[in-house]
Amino acid sequence: MTATDAGAVGKTLLGFIEDRTKLSWTKEQDLFASGAVTSLFAMELVVFVEETFGVSVAGPDLTLDNFRTVRAMADLVARLRA
Amino acid sequence: MSAADSGGKRMLGVLGAGTMGVGLAALAVGRGQRVVLVESDDGQRAAAPGRVRGQLRTAQLLGALPREQEPGELLVTADLDELGAIDPAAGAVVESVTERADLKGDVLAAASAAAKDGTLITTNTSAIPVGELAAAVTDPAWLVGTHFMNPPYLVEAVEVVRGPDTGEEAMTAVHALLASLGRRAVVVGDGPGFVSNRILMRMINDAARMVGEGRAEPAALDEVFTDCLGHRMGPLATADLIGLDNVVDTLVVLHERTGDDAYRPCGPLLTAVGDGRLGRKSGEGFHSYGGVRA
Repeated sequence: MTATDAGAVGKTLLGFIEDRTKLSWTKEQDLFASGAVTSLFAMELVVFVEETFGVSVAGPDLTLDNFRTVRAMADLVARLRA
Repeated sequence: MSAADSGGKRMLGVLGAGTMGVGLAALAVGRGQRVVLVESDDGQRAAAPGRVRGQLRTAQLLGALPREQEPGELLVTADLDELGAIDPAAGAVVESVTERADLKGDVLAAASAAAKDGTLITTNTSAIPVGELAAAVTDPAWLVGTHFMNPPYLVEAVEVVRGPDTGEEAMTAVHALLASLGRRAVVVGDGPGFVSNRILMRMINDAARMVGEGRAEPAALDEVFTDCLGHRMGPLATADLIGLDNVVDTLVVLHERTGDDAYRPCGPLLTAVGDGRLGRKSGEGFHSYGGVRA
């Protein structure tokens, strides 16, 4: 897939999360604070981000804060691709 | 490497590279311990290093491991004799093979023969009484039940089962083992299912049966527990996290030992396992995990 800009990355992420949680989300919403998403789902997000956007998340980047919101994930992808 | 070179590092032998064995290996490696993971199946052995790395990553993501800790060395082998390298004063063996008394007995017998005398051996059995497994080991005084929950790096408390033959030294050693892993013990008495699974397994079985009867969809059934009763997870989500194959094995163990029909694995559980829907680990159970394998 060719998600080339932050908007497209965000849209792809929202689609995945909405499909998996059956809820709608905004890009700024804290996924974990709501309780609707378990912490173990976070690892699914990491794998999805890596496989979908061709990046590798490791070391200090591997924190929940980078996956807390769609915006944070899109920023991480942009940074890792830069 | 001499003992001096190892810097007093602890060592853990883990028997079986299934869901729990891999999780236990990740927990110990993540705490800087040297781990010998013994697995007889070639495929499971080949997959083990990657799965341990995956669990380490999850643990790191969730902040469940000390950030500054250099991971310990992982050796994956089919050779039980490697357990002989464990210093009883700074190590232990945790058995985590499939929940079948004959299998566990065979592995515990071989492991206790391979390990040095006075090495703490714990069994991560879900339901088989420690007193029953004690017959298999060379010295029953050194056998303790450590019922770690899945995933072991995330759940801090461990149900520790003291068998009728378990010695005081072994209890001291098990507290040291858990402390070295950043875990703590909740000590209970012996008997089929201990405390956790004597209660939980009949609940899961009943919950699955109710789904089959059409009384509630899995989501609604679990929601009664999470939202009405305030539990962290519902019984079906818990079953998916444990692994439905393990749930069925555990129910069989309980049914055989108690004769209580509440433990006879119900149709919907057997169907799920027969269809390969094993819960979170296969991506699909009573709930869907998007085909993503944990």
